[in-house]
Amino acid sequence: MSETKNTRNVSRRTVLKGTAATTGAALIGGTFPMHFIKNAHAQTFRGDPGNASSVKLGFNVPQTGPYADEGADELRAYQLAVKHLNGEGDGGMLNTIKPLQLKGNGILGKKVEFVTGDTQTKSDAARASAKRMIEKDNVAMITGGSSSGVAVAVQGLCQEMGVIFMAGLTHSNDTTGKDKKRYGFRHFFNAYMSGQAIAPVLLDEYGAERRAYHLTADYTWGWTQEESIKAATENIGWETVNTVRTPVGAGDFSQYITPVLNSGADVLILNHYGKDMVNSLTQAVQFGLRDKMVNGKQFEIVVPLYSRLMAQGAGDAAKGILGTTNWHWSLQDPGSQAFVKSFGQEYGFPPSQAAHTCYVQALLYANACEMAGTFAPWEVIKQLEGFEFDGAGNGPTLYRAEDHQCFKDVLVVRGKENPQSNFDLLEVVKEVPRAQVEYPADMFGGELGPYQV
Amino acid sequence: MDAIFLQILNGLDKGGAYALIALGLTLVFGTLGVVNFAHGAIFMMGAFCAVTVEKLLTLSVRVRDESVTFFEAYKETPYLEVWFGDTGTAIIDWSVPLSIILAIPVMLLIGIVMERSLIRYFYKRPHAEQILVTFGLAIVLQELIKSFFGANPLPQGAPDIVAGSAAIGAVFGLGDAVVYPWWRLIYLAFSLLTIGLVFSFLHFTTYGMVVRAGMADRETVELLGINIERRFTIVFGIAAVVAGLAGVMYTPVLPPDYHLGMDFLVLSFVVVVVGGMGSLPGAVLAGFLLGILQSFSSMTEVKDIFPGIDQIIIYLVAVVILLTRPRGLMGRRGVMES
Repeated sequence: MSETKNTRNVSRRTVLKGTAATTGAALIGGTFPMHFIKNAHAQTFRGDPGNASSVKLGFNVPQTGPYADEGADELRAYQLAVKHLNGEGDGGMLNTIKPLQLKGNGILGKKVEFVTGDTQTKSDAARASAKRMIEKDNVAMITGGSSSGVAVAVQGLCQEMGVIFMAGLTHSNDTTGKDKKRYGFRHFFNAYMSGQAIAPVLLDEYGAERRAYHLTADYTWGWTQEESIKAATENIGWETVNTVRTPVGAGDFSQYITPVLNSGADVLILNHYGKDMVNSLTQAVQFGLRDKMVNGKQFEIVVPLYSRLMAQGAGDAAKGILGTTNWHWSLQDPGSQAFVKSFGQEYGFPPSQAAHTCYVQALLYANACEMAGTFAPWEVIKQLEGFEFDGAGNGPTLYRAEDHQCFKDVLVVRGKENPQSNFDLLEVVKEVPRAQVEYPADMFGGELGPYQV
Repeated sequence: MDAIFLQILNGLDKGGAYALIALGLTLVFGTLGVVNFAHGAIFMMGAFCAVTVEKLLTLSVRVRDESVTFFEAYKETPYLEVWFGDTGTAIIDWSVPLSIILAIPVMLLIGIVMERSLIRYFYKRPHAEQILVTFGLAIVLQELIKSFFGANPLPQGAPDIVAGSAAIGAVFGLGDAVVYPWWRLIYLAFSLLTIGLVFSFLHFTTYGMVVRAGMADRETVELLGINIERRFTIVFGIAAVVAGLAGVMYTPVLPPDYHLGMDFLVLSFVVVVVGGMGSLPGAVLAGFLLGILQSFSSMTEVKDIFPGIDQIIIYLVAVVILLTRPRGLMGRRGVMES
């Protein structure tokens, strides 16, 4: 009897205690309804620097693992971008990008600071470090990375958390195709563009009657690149003899290369990147593929996605090999020259294509905030969508609104026969105009998702 | 026929590398009873002996690079070329074979220091603790290498004379398409020679005989007044030399980076388990067997029937062996069996 009484009779004092406790907990937890908080008329968002004198950006790059050197170069570029944004150094591309509202006084008058995370080129590690930077360091934007697997994973997280992600080096069609996100933006080119850019050069150099054999890294980027390059080469009349998937990080590719010798193919296309590309290319050359004559033609090797750092790793094997790249430090336009000069003076060697795309991404985000007059991501997104600019290398560039993919000129390059120095490894064969690599926005599917999450 | 011949050759060549690494691993397990997860790191350190020698030989003078106008850039010309001209270039060209001279004492020293300063304290500890400490050691070693040499692969060329490929098709009366890189053929010959030397040492010398006796019955050998511990230390050093030389010779095949050891570690353990823990002939046999299986499973004809088989074949074999014959192909009765 007494137990029933105790549970049903709630005293006035208990109610007051309970209310006080709930209010306190809500205030501490920060989940109290907005109409009780000062300045509640403005919508809040993650990464809002509020009244602070500085704003933080999160640089999520591979600091360990197979792409650590590329990550280090990305970080150098970001540090340079922060310097330029804060009005230090020679300003770099702040002097060349047009239109630009940045004044060299930070972003919206707030000094730019940064924190870094290590993606380790692993999706789960990259998501964890991005999440830490968003939740613990209150960053306004996440940027960086050197793999499409990582880019797609981090982009998904950023969409969920409502923080803008400015992708670093990612080349899979999926990043701005089936996995595109409202909060994700890519300045780097993609596999489809590589195919469209390189196919006419391949036709010129090697002719229409060729039989191609693909070795492909077995993950999202490799698959989309194989698909794009296969389609583009078949379009110019080439036959595809075989496509073989190889495990990522296989190390020794010899068991995949020996079947090429007897396949009747006269071109080997290596859809590999990073260490895999260095290894497969080196070994293909060792197997004498480049000295072979097949079907009365000289056997050729093509590496659709090239980077200077990888050409360095492959050494002599990279000489004479054709491929595409997003950007190269030898470009003569004022934007590229300004960036190479700043970077070269700061670090003593020219930047990689990864460094270039990261530097430009940081500046474009900052500029979009200036244009929007706020850090609120949905407003910044609207400024980036459809933004047209020039002076960042690669000619006039469009950030297409429908899929957040940048469209600009693409470079076809070749490994230099007689490099003059350690970084003079690629020569630009052709600057392929933007019009040649464009495609309909809905070609790769996907949905951007909402502006506000 | 051509394709099958090439895959057999490729399998033997891969198997040579696996066997060399597994040989050292199983030697250490057989003598000291230690499961050494740092063995892959030793292989990697061997590869970096070659990198170090190449770096020493190409120590360069910095010259202003006039071809770059954006900023002050420099290019480098090796001192050896400045001082000795073509002879200098030839010495640099032969840097990988020359590295062997450095690698033998260095790897022996690394092995002995490793054993004396760390491993010996773990002889009587459980295998789990040995694995933890040696794995930790492997991480320390690879991070040290990374901090000195960076994370990128560093290509090492074979001497020009053997840089191309051999037209072995003509020798065996097969088609002209049958070619194989000279250096890989050399690697196969080198691995067979090294395996032969290790076996000869263990079987035809008194020292080797005592070591084998120690492997079979350590206590009795000690009761005979032989300092078996010191011999085992030397054996650890020899295992390090074998793995190190395997690493040196592998550099023209695969540009080494700090992670090279980890890439080979799991594979070499599978080889040891399949061959039989502690069995030297087992390690060699399993090395070649798995190399050939891996090679054949990568053929398009096989992959069409079993997609993805090339990526799992060796682990599949390991599973089957562990289920049906836990002591491995040539393992001693009772080892790894209850």
